[in-house]
Amino acid sequence: MKRPGLLRAILGGLAGGTAGGALGSLGATLGAAEDTDPFLWAGVYLFGLVGWLWGVGALGPWFAWAAGRIDRIAPEHGAPGVRRYFEFTTDHKVIGVQYLVTSFVFFVVAGLLALVMRVHLALPGSSILDLHTYTTFMSIHGTVMVAVALISLSGGMGNYLLPLMIGARDMAFPRLNALSYWMLPPAALLILSSPFAGGLDSGWTAYPPLSERLPLGQQFYIFTLITVGASSILGAVNFLATFLGLRAPGMSWSRVPIFVWSIVAMSIIALITTSVLAATLIMLLFDRLFGAAFFDPARGGDPILYQHLFWFYSHPAVYIMAVPGFGAILEILPVHARKPLFAYRLVVGSFLAIVVLSLVVWAHHMFVSGMPEALAGPFMVLTELISVPTGVVFLSALGTIFLGRLRLVTPMLYALGFVSTFVVGGLTGIFLADVPTDIALTQTYFVVAHFHYTIMGATIFALFASIYHWFPKITGRAFDERLGRIQFGLFYLAFNAAFLPLFWVGLHGMRRRVAEVPPETIGANVVSSVAAFLLALSVLLFVMNIVRAWARGPRAAANPWDAHTLEWRVASPPPPENFRVPVTVVGGPYPYGLPGGQHVMPEALE
Amino acid sequence: MSSLDLAVPHGTAPDESDGRHVRTGMRLFIVSEAMLFAAFFAAYFYLRGESLHWPPQAAFARPELALVSANTLLLLASSLTLQRAHGGGLAWRRWLGATIALGSVFLVVQGIEYSRNAFTVADGVFGSTFYTLTSFHGAHVAIGLLVLAAMLQRARRGFLAPDSAAFAAASYYWHFVDAVWLFLFTTVYAL
Repeated sequence: MKRPGLLRAILGGLAGGTAGGALGSLGATLGAAEDTDPFLWAGVYLFGLVGWLWGVGALGPWFAWAAGRIDRIAPEHGAPGVRRYFEFTTDHKVIGVQYLVTSFVFFVVAGLLALVMRVHLALPGSSILDLHTYTTFMSIHGTVMVAVALISLSGGMGNYLLPLMIGARDMAFPRLNALSYWMLPPAALLILSSPFAGGLDSGWTAYPPLSERLPLGQQFYIFTLITVGASSILGAVNFLATFLGLRAPGMSWSRVPIFVWSIVAMSIIALITTSVLAATLIMLLFDRLFGAAFFDPARGGDPILYQHLFWFYSHPAVYIMAVPGFGAILEILPVHARKPLFAYRLVVGSFLAIVVLSLVVWAHHMFVSGMPEALAGPFMVLTELISVPTGVVFLSALGTIFLGRLRLVTPMLYALGFVSTFVVGGLTGIFLADVPTDIALTQTYFVVAHFHYTIMGATIFALFASIYHWFPKITGRAFDERLGRIQFGLFYLAFNAAFLPLFWVGLHGMRRRVAEVPPETIGANVVSSVAAFLLALSVLLFVMNIVRAWARGPRAAANPWDAHTLEWRVASPPPPENFRVPVTVVGGPYPYGLPGGQHVMPEALE
Repeated sequence: MSSLDLAVPHGTAPDESDGRHVRTGMRLFIVSEAMLFAAFFAAYFYLRGESLHWPPQAAFARPELALVSANTLLLLASSLTLQRAHGGGLAWRRWLGATIALGSVFLVVQGIEYSRNAFTVADGVFGSTFYTLTSFHGAHVAIGLLVLAAMLQRARRGFLAPDSAAFAAASYYWHFVDAVWLFLFTTVYAL
């Protein structure tokens, strides 16, 4: 038990959980609480989390540092081979892969819940699920998918690529980086256990007063989101400090790859808004646990306040999810179009404009909430304003493709797919930003279709594009290109077949969140459900391709796509210390087709 | 700023106790912390603005100003002693110790005030906002004290100089917590 590891983490979690549970019940009994269970489980989770983190080895060296027993904390690069992915290491590349694989597991679990819901909706009247179980599945699907969209690209690809792309050896705070990751598994376990604690009927938005009256499962939701939020804040601090302090010589702001800029923009949003969500959920928790009155109108509180605070985070969160997607796609397009990125500076400016505007659009989620009507107009205009910078991103993608020599490999297909699906998501968003149409469409499946086109059409498409694009770099092996293209085709068709009908279904009055199917929409719902299974099949093909290629695919070259950015200049996979010779950046990151254009010196860093 | 920079392939890896990163990191983290309190203050003003009187129920008197004013002076003094320690000199560790002592007394006085209050967290929005804001501030003071205690311990072992980056970052945090209290004192107690 002296050596940190997964086993010690689990035992530490159990021991911490037991102690915390005992403390929680003791406190509740001393405080004469009516119901001791919420306190018991709060204690179990919080102390269990600390025990888990201690067990896995995240905390020990910090304690030793604080106690003055060691001068410096050494990086931990762990064992070579597959084992390092299952232990605490400070290597950003290992952490990136840990994020990717973990979030993919969450993606599959939440996707399976969606499949069960789709079966239920395709067979109205057969009641596969009772209504309570349906809403619980819906809420868990929503919450977990939001977490996946938040962490997969930024935590996974961001961690893997950002230090490599700017020529750094690691993140500015490697241990903190590892801590951000290791907080996530207990949080996931917690929300997935909410069906055993009275379920979770509130949807992922958890509006009071409903969320104040629901059983313990709601409290699990609160702790899960606060944990994911804390991890996200630490990640944002780390990305920004790395960007500010660790760029290679010559890497000026106008030579930074666009994906890095997207991670920077994402981090600024996360840094500003995430703690507001934490504060909101803490108020909700205090209302539930200690009888506080924040959102209880009978005692002076106001549920609308919750909505304001919640959306102050949760609308910018859409951009926390989407902007890294924009960045990844704009990083991939020039490589396979063999052209420089179109309007690089304008895109960087647009990312920063999105940061600012995302903070002032939140109340477009609240047009029917009963907030003062005078707010509706300004929020409508501000929301529509944000289509200018997102439009610039779209035009940059088109301008890069235009007259390029397109190489239609799997990552490029996903990038092109992104361009087409995201435009559908963007255009349908206008109807939800405009007050008159939103009043009719809100609370219908139109909204469901819209945000699946934006979140899935942007972030998840970008995630698949990125995994295919950087797979040779990460693993040193090549995937099966033919299977990749088939997988893309199936995914693209099934995605559209699954979600396009939902716009129509919503226009015909099917309400979101509840398992109630208007008779005239049964046909469209069946189409959507069948397509959902095809979508699942394509994800299965993806997993097969990736697992098989990783285990015994042909060796990949260091720079199979003939790209210019720094990560392609080192071996595949890169050595633990990233760079073995000094790096100097001498030009922009996309000198495709420019005679004598060069991004780094020397060209090969192996 | 970039051209001077690290990413030296044979040099040391970025280390958490290394100069600039620690300062930058703490400044960034404080942005997030400020937004946490901003959210609590937003709720406070929103709910206070919606009620006709404050406190809404006349039965609950607001805490007396005398004790809390004295406590405010203690916390302000602790920022001064911390800056004194940061400036170095022979007695800098004593100044650091004095800061920790002042912060601890602040927490004790806050506890005394809690025990005298005639209202609880469950007494409407007045109690809810009061205890949430002050207890979160108190928790931050406690965390700040732990960090300063670690600094003192490392100083005793000779690992920490008064002008080191880690100590600077710790002092940013302490001053931030102090500044939050000034907002809290003026809005929640005085106004």
